[in-house]
Amino acid sequence: MSRTVTTQRKSFNTAIAWVIGLLIFFPILWTILTSFKTEAQAIASPPLFLNFDWTLENYAVVQERSDYMRFLWNSVILAGGSTILGVIIAVPAAWAMAFVPSKRTKDILLWMLSTKMLPAVGVLYPIYLLFIRLGLLDSRAGLVVVLMLINLPIIVWMLYTYFREIPGEILEAARMDGATLKEEILYVLTPMAIPGIASTVLLNFILAWNEAFWTLNLTAVNAAPLTAFIASYSSPEGLFFAKLSAASTMAIAPILILGWFSQKQLVRGLTFGAVK
Amino acid sequence: MATQHSRSVARLMMAPAVVLLLGWMLVPLTMTLYFSFKKYLPLRGGDLGWVGFDNYVRFVSSSSFWPAVQATLVIVGGVLAITVVLGILLAMLLDQPMWGQGVVRILVIAPFFVMPTVSALVWKNMFMDPINGLLAHLWRFFGAEPVSWLSEASMTSIVMIVSWQWLPFATLILLTAIQSLDSEQLEAAEMDGAPPLKRFYHIILPHLGRAITIVILIQTIFLLSIFAEIFVTTGGAFGTRTLTYLIFQRVLEGQNVGLGSAGGVYAIILANIVAIFLMRIVGKNLDA
Repeated sequence: MSRTVTTQRKSFNTAIAWVIGLLIFFPILWTILTSFKTEAQAIASPPLFLNFDWTLENYAVVQERSDYMRFLWNSVILAGGSTILGVIIAVPAAWAMAFVPSKRTKDILLWMLSTKMLPAVGVLYPIYLLFIRLGLLDSRAGLVVVLMLINLPIIVWMLYTYFREIPGEILEAARMDGATLKEEILYVLTPMAIPGIASTVLLNFILAWNEAFWTLNLTAVNAAPLTAFIASYSSPEGLFFAKLSAASTMAIAPILILGWFSQKQLVRGLTFGAVK
Repeated sequence: MATQHSRSVARLMMAPAVVLLLGWMLVPLTMTLYFSFKKYLPLRGGDLGWVGFDNYVRFVSSSSFWPAVQATLVIVGGVLAITVVLGILLAMLLDQPMWGQGVVRILVIAPFFVMPTVSALVWKNMFMDPINGLLAHLWRFFGAEPVSWLSEASMTSIVMIVSWQWLPFATLILLTAIQSLDSEQLEAAEMDGAPPLKRFYHIILPHLGRAITIVILIQTIFLLSIFAEIFVTTGGAFGTRTLTYLIFQRVLEGQNVGLGSAGGVYAIILANIVAIFLMRIVGKNLDA
């Protein structure tokens, strides 16, 4: 039985929800709008909403002056590399825990989760020192590994919760038919696991893209991703609103789009399966 | 039934993840512990020997310690209060029938995907700038004196920025929880004539209990270590130096590794206290 709602009440809900939604979204909208203004229009008083001369000039200037593409490329490498590496390591582990559970499986899962809760600042210096000693400071390889490690627990957990939903009877049936472990994994499990793996990849790409402790502290020039690129605008360049907006828009646009596809996975991934 | 053979294969499959995380946990942790008992100034003489618990005592007795604890508590507490209360209201609103629900949901969730450095800078400059910021325009429009947000109301500003970032997370999780509520129960209560407030207190809130706890615990862990938001706005000035930021300054800016490491150990202990509660809930869920 579904609740019957009057049109009047529905209209009321709609109006309130849209106003609040737009209010929350407004800072992003404002940033995008400002990125198309000239610097003078960006600080005009009273503020201009839509009635300005739209220009793409800021985007060109940002790219030219700070080599945006290089930061973008670093972000792609760091987020993509750490996610792929993480999934490669996590798939077998999550697999084993979901399909061959032992008494210790739960303890191992919880312990992995606990490593995620280690405050980064508590191990800042050791990692910094190790990076210097190993010549990894400001290198993409080093950061790929660190970002992979901080997200590995989430990747294992997400995959585990997805794998657990695959019915075990199917495996038994395959085994009865004489499938070897390798065949079982390749032809039976993998096709069923692909949606779960895809969701995991998506969410972790986003988390790695936005990570802003290690990327700020362990990079300088060569490996700096977009988080660091934007931080360089903190002063005094940030006072150029239109350019700051163009840079910001370019930094968040790819992830906003990906993010909208990952709403559901977000809940599962960030609550470690405790809320579905 | 799992055979002996498949068990050993399983162990092998888990090994890389377990070994890597074990290394990631133990190596830096051991180093932090080691440094915390040393007087270690990389730029001023390097390793100057063992000092026992000296760093631990000095970290807590320094004049910046209690303000940092206070700043941390205000930020964590303030953001939690705002995001949980608004999150519940927003989740209940989004659960109502309406047109364009999907789009509204997207609008509400969007801030979560904005990288911390961007949201901090956009708020700092385009909204909170005392001359050209949008809030300054708004204040002037109503004939009020614009506020220098990040210096005069620094804590409020940081709490606002961080709340904006985390409200989507709270809303999304609470919304997921509300949607699992049995609507027949609510309808029954409605038919029995229970007023909205009563329905909220006796049906909705108890149902949300677990989700609220999870939101609080997960956010606390993330909020205890917010960094970028302070790094690009105030740089720890105007009373916004949290414990995390204080440790960062001791270690990298002050290059007093021993002292910073002792602070790091405190931070780890604090995070673990919160983590234990979270793990209990997650663990229980695993059994179910």
